[in-house]
Amino acid sequence: MTRHLTALQERSASLADLYGGFIRNRLIAIGLLAVGLACSLVLDVATGPSGLPVADILTGLLDRDALPRGQAVILWNIRLPYAVMAVLVGAALGLAGAEMQTVLNNPLASPFTLGVSAAATLGAALAMALEPDVPGLDETWLIPLSAFACAMAATLLIQTLAGRFGAGTDTVVLFGIAMLFAMNALLWLVQYVASTDALQQMVFWTMGSLARATWEKVAVVALVLAACVPLSMRSVWAMTALRGGDDHARSFGIPVERLRLRVLLRVSLLSAAAVAFVGTIGFIGLVGPHIARLTLGEDHRFYLPGSALAGALLLSLASIASKNLVPGLILPVGIVTSLVGIPLFMALILTQGRRP
Amino acid sequence: MSLSLENVSAGYAGRPVLSGLDLAEVPSGSIVALVGANGAGKSTLLRGIAGLGEAKGRIVLDGQDISELPPEMLVGRIGYLPQALPQGSSLIAYEAVMSAVRAARPDSPRAGGAAAIEQVFDTLGLRDLAMRRLRELSGGQRQMVGLAQVLVRKPRLLLLDEPTSALDLRWQLTVLETVRRMADAEGAICVIAIHDINLALRFCDRLVVLGGGGVLSSGPPATALDADVLRRAYGIEARVEACSRGFAIVLADHALSLDHHSP
Repeated sequence: MTRHLTALQERSASLADLYGGFIRNRLIAIGLLAVGLACSLVLDVATGPSGLPVADILTGLLDRDALPRGQAVILWNIRLPYAVMAVLVGAALGLAGAEMQTVLNNPLASPFTLGVSAAATLGAALAMALEPDVPGLDETWLIPLSAFACAMAATLLIQTLAGRFGAGTDTVVLFGIAMLFAMNALLWLVQYVASTDALQQMVFWTMGSLARATWEKVAVVALVLAACVPLSMRSVWAMTALRGGDDHARSFGIPVERLRLRVLLRVSLLSAAAVAFVGTIGFIGLVGPHIARLTLGEDHRFYLPGSALAGALLLSLASIASKNLVPGLILPVGIVTSLVGIPLFMALILTQGRRP
Repeated sequence: MSLSLENVSAGYAGRPVLSGLDLAEVPSGSIVALVGANGAGKSTLLRGIAGLGEAKGRIVLDGQDISELPPEMLVGRIGYLPQALPQGSSLIAYEAVMSAVRAARPDSPRAGGAAAIEQVFDTLGLRDLAMRRLRELSGGQRQMVGLAQVLVRKPRLLLLDEPTSALDLRWQLTVLETVRRMADAEGAICVIAIHDINLALRFCDRLVVLGGGGVLSSGPPATALDADVLRRAYGIEARVEACSRGFAIVLADHALSLDHHSP
C-alpha cells in the first residue's frame, strides 16, 4: 500500500521536483565531505611528535602572537604547510583522476596513466644524480623544478603524438603506456649510474612525502589548482555528455578530440605540480573519483568537485595516519596511501559488483 | 526543410563503402528508411550526413551544402542517434537528457528547460525510467534514453541508426509512431537505418535499398521492393505481398547459398 502511494506521488510530481531531491542529496554529500575535510585538516595539524591542542591551533590561526614562539613556529612553519599541502595535492590528484577517467572512458585510469608521474620521477632523479649548479636557484627548488619540467615535456610529447595520430581513448592509453615504460627504463639507467647517496635520495623521493612542504611550494600547487578548477568547471556539461559515448557527444556539437587534448593537458599540469613537490602518491587519483562516483553520480557539476574533495580528504587522513602508525616515526605518506588505498579500492570494487 | 544527396561517397578509415550515391529531394515531413544487408553502408551514410564520418559530394539541406554551413548551425538542425549508449555510466537518465541540451548550447542556462525534458520523457513513455541510472537500464531502455537525448533538442533532420534494434514490439512501434508524429506535426525529416524491413515498409515514405556500394533501389515503399531487389540486397528468396490492412510485407522463404551473397 505504502509503495503504491509512493509510486502515485512520484507520478504526480514533476520530474524536475524529483530531480531536485537528487540535487539536495548531492549538495548535502558535498557539504559532509567539506566538513570532514575541515575536521581532518585540524586533526592533521594537531597530530605530531609534540602536542598541539585544537584550542591552541584555533587561537594561533587567528593570532600568531597569541601562542608561545615555539608553538607558533610548529603551527605556522611545519604543521600547517604540511597539512595544507596534503589537502591541495589530494584535491589536485582527485580532480585530475576524475577528468582522466571521463575522457579515457576508463574507471581504472588515474593521473599517472599517461606516465606523467614516471616522467616527474625521472626529472627528480636527474637533478639528484647530476646536482647541477644553477645560478640564482635555491637547491630545494632544483628537484621539484626538474621533476615538473620532465613531466611537462612528457605531456607535450603525448599531446603532439595524440594531436598528430588521433586522440582516441585507445591511442592515448597506448601512448601513456609507452611513455611509462620509456620513463622507467631511463630512470633505471640514471639509478644504475648514480652514486649511493643519490640512489638513496631517489628511492626516498619515490615514496612520496609531505615533509618537503613549504609555504612557497604550497602556493605554487594552489596557483595551479586555482587556474585549473575554473577551466574544469567550464566543461562540466561537455564532460557529462561524454559519458554517453564519443559519437553522442560529437552529435551534440562537442569537439571531442579537442576536449580530450585540453583535459589531458590540465590533468598533466595538476599531477605534475602535485608530484613535483611531494613525490609519487598513488591511489588518490584512482580512489577519490570512485568515492565521488558512488556518492554523487556522474553529473560532472558534482562529480568533479566531489572527486577533488574526496581526494583531499583521503590524503589528509593518510597524512594523519602516517604520523600515528609507527610511534615516533613519520612514514612517507605515499606508503600509507598505497597500503590503505589497496584494501579500500578492493572494497569499493566489491561493493560496486554487488549493486544492481 | 528539404534534404538531397548528389554524387555522395561515404566510407571510414580511408576505405570507401558507398560511392556515387544520389537521393532526390526529400520534402519536409518525410521518413526515409535505409535498408540493406550488414555492411551495406547504412550507418556509414548516416555518419557521413551527420558530419561525423568521411563523406564527399554534395549533401544539401534546405538548398545549402552542409559543408558550407557553420558547425553550430548544423548541430542545431541535425539530431543523430548512434547505435548504442554505453552501459557502464552512473548518469541518471534525466541528467543524460539534460546534458544533451546543455552541452550543445552551454551559453544558455535555460536551454535544457525542465518542461522540454519532462515532455520528451512523457512523449516516449519513459517517465518511470527518468530517475534511474543508465547502468541499471536494459539495452533497449538505454536506446530509448538515447532517442530522448536526440528528440529533446527538436532537430529538423533526425538521423537514427538502428533505433529499434534492442526494442520489443511495443517499443518498436512507440519509437516509429513518435518519429512519424514529429515528421507530420513539425515537418522534420527523418532518415532511419533499420534492419526490420516490414517496419520500414509500414512507416517510411521513401525506401532506399543499399547494396554493392550504392543504391539498389529507391522509391515509395509500395514499389521500391520486389523479389529481385531482395535477392540482390540480402541473398534471399522472398516475396513482397500486401497484408490485410494494405501494407506491403516481405515474406522471406530461404537464404541463397553464400556464392550468391556474402554478409
